[in-house]
Amino acid sequence: MSLKLKELSKKEELLTGGHRMCAGCGAPTIVRQILAASEKPLVAANATGCLEVSTSIFPYTAWKIPWMHSAFENAAATISGIEAMYKSLKRQGKLDREMKFIAFGGDGGTYDIGFQSLSGAMERGHDIVYVCYDNGAYMNTGIQRSSATPLGANTTTSPAGSVIPGKTQARKNLTKIMVAHNIPYVAQASPSNWRDLMSKARKAINVDGPAFLNVIAPCNRGWRTPTNNAIELCKLAIDSCYWPIYEYENGKLTVNYKPKEKIPVVEFLKGQGRFKHLFSPENEGILKQIQADVDREWDSLLKEESFHESDKS
Amino acid sequence: MGKLQAVTGNQAVAEAMRQINPDVCAAYPITPSTDIMQRFSQFVADGKVDTELVTVESEHSAMSACIGAVAAGGRVMNATSSQGLALMWEMLHIAAGDRLPIVLALVNRALSAPLNIHGDHSDGMGARDCGWIQLYSENGQEAYDNTIQAVRIAEHEDVRLPAMVCQDGFIISHSIESMEYLDDKVVKDFVGQFKPTHPLLDIDNPVTYGPLVLPDYYMEFKVAQDRAIMNAKKVTLDVAKEFEKISGRSYGLFEDYKLDGAEIVLVVLNSAAGTAKDVIDEYRSKGIKAGLLKPRLFRPFPSAEVAETLKDAKAIAVLDRADSYGGFGPLYMEIAAAMMTNGSKPTLINKIYGLGGRDFFPENAAATLDELKEIAETGKVKNHKEYIGYRG
Repeated sequence: MSLKLKELSKKEELLTGGHRMCAGCGAPTIVRQILAASEKPLVAANATGCLEVSTSIFPYTAWKIPWMHSAFENAAATISGIEAMYKSLKRQGKLDREMKFIAFGGDGGTYDIGFQSLSGAMERGHDIVYVCYDNGAYMNTGIQRSSATPLGANTTTSPAGSVIPGKTQARKNLTKIMVAHNIPYVAQASPSNWRDLMSKARKAINVDGPAFLNVIAPCNRGWRTPTNNAIELCKLAIDSCYWPIYEYENGKLTVNYKPKEKIPVVEFLKGQGRFKHLFSPENEGILKQIQADVDREWDSLLKEESFHESDKS
Repeated sequence: MGKLQAVTGNQAVAEAMRQINPDVCAAYPITPSTDIMQRFSQFVADGKVDTELVTVESEHSAMSACIGAVAAGGRVMNATSSQGLALMWEMLHIAAGDRLPIVLALVNRALSAPLNIHGDHSDGMGARDCGWIQLYSENGQEAYDNTIQAVRIAEHEDVRLPAMVCQDGFIISHSIESMEYLDDKVVKDFVGQFKPTHPLLDIDNPVTYGPLVLPDYYMEFKVAQDRAIMNAKKVTLDVAKEFEKISGRSYGLFEDYKLDGAEIVLVVLNSAAGTAKDVIDEYRSKGIKAGLLKPRLFRPFPSAEVAETLKDAKAIAVLDRADSYGGFGPLYMEIAAAMMTNGSKPTLINKIYGLGGRDFFPENAAATLDELKEIAETGKVKNHKEYIGYRG
């Protein structure tokens, strides 16, 4: 099945409307795109977080696929157990259906508290997809900094004060850490480029073995942005190369989108209240640092990609 | 009947697991339970079981993987001790709250700090309120028998709750004793097939596990959970009756050792009960009316049955191999609550013994019985709670 809008529009929604995610949140759009991309039945695990609490308020559920939440730090371990049972029952001839396994977690549940269980599950080689919807902070508990929070961002535990100008550390590059696990498929994606995200989701689901998707997910509460521009913000993130979209297939890098004209990162930052204080003259150095970090990562990705291309020839 | 063996407690539990043949097990090493999953891994490597082994990176992930696996729709087992159980603590509540019948072999070990690898009950007692069924075992034979019965109790449709089977670290887990294994087929038939209820892998009937439950429904979930665990009392007795038929060994909610007409009583769990029974025999032979009660099912606690059994005793010493610092030992609190509810009021004292694997000697039991004798005669208590077997 191709990724044509006409055909996709006929597919049943597997995350129904009526859930209680905020208006303008990026996460449910991402989940719906990923679920719609799958050609196989999915069983999901979900880390504690916005997506989990807002879609499963008893006695209702927004999930039309088998779904399990157990705790915050263990979506990867939970889906490992589910996949292991599938393998066991299949091998014993107690089950004959084909299905695939997917876990969703926010950046807090993935970069931080769930980091160990994620690493373990990937190393063990389960046939699972782990999707991180990265909104750059602990949004469910009220915008606390995580190791995915960008340098300079104002959060409730890295507030911009009169002495400290927001978060003083840069983000952790989790996607690259997942690449270092030597798993068959790792990708970074954005819901603004839906065809790219959906084709990556499909590859991740179809690959035999573990796959990891890191997807930028605007959060208007935490980013201090309007409720109508999540997708535009994603576009600015990729056009500025703040959030490069790329994939590693069996270790080989492809950068999937190269902006014709790379826009300055301030274009992405300036519409967001969490970075407002960076535009005061005394914080100019932080803006320069953010731009330098973005440039370095982008250059390094392009160099790595050309190295992989020349390596092939 | 099966064959006589000379094996350790860990070996016996690993053997029970091989015979039960669970669909999924998680494995993570921790002394003194490591030996169980290491032996079991060999069974997997040699194709002696159908189990998918998930070699997790922590005990937290071990219990998380078990939770996912059992919800997926099959039989799941695991083993741990001490810090491992402590790390699982969050997930123990979730396994019980989601009504997932996992069987866990708990090889009891002291909790740090200070670090100690030897047997006491601070791990199991720390998990007392997690909603798991707890069965305690005096020796390797009981650990083996309880493991097989725990599968039936946990998976029973009136219960559907996780169960842990406890044995004393090193004292039992690493000591060779003579015991009897059942035949493979007998165990296989006894445990039967796992019957999934609402499995995640039933993709035609999708279910949501682990929803957010707010004040409008939370309490109903919790009351239902208490009713389910209370059902485990009757189920434990029913399963024990069936087990007696295949093994010739009889089990109850607790063991009544020479309690008939007993005026002074020791209440003690696990391996120390074996030591104390010899001393009870000695006192009985001197004409002293001494007896012993060894709880087997600690959760749910058979309060009414224990109180009824102990109601005519004059003085009771409850021996705890775990402490609740600043309070009484956990077993003492159960017995005190049971006796008070029953309305009978024998004098109770609490002795904390054997922490961090400190030996419990016959002299310790004898000194406690002598003290009870004096209390029964004079009605005077020197200390309601006291540590025994330590240097001052």
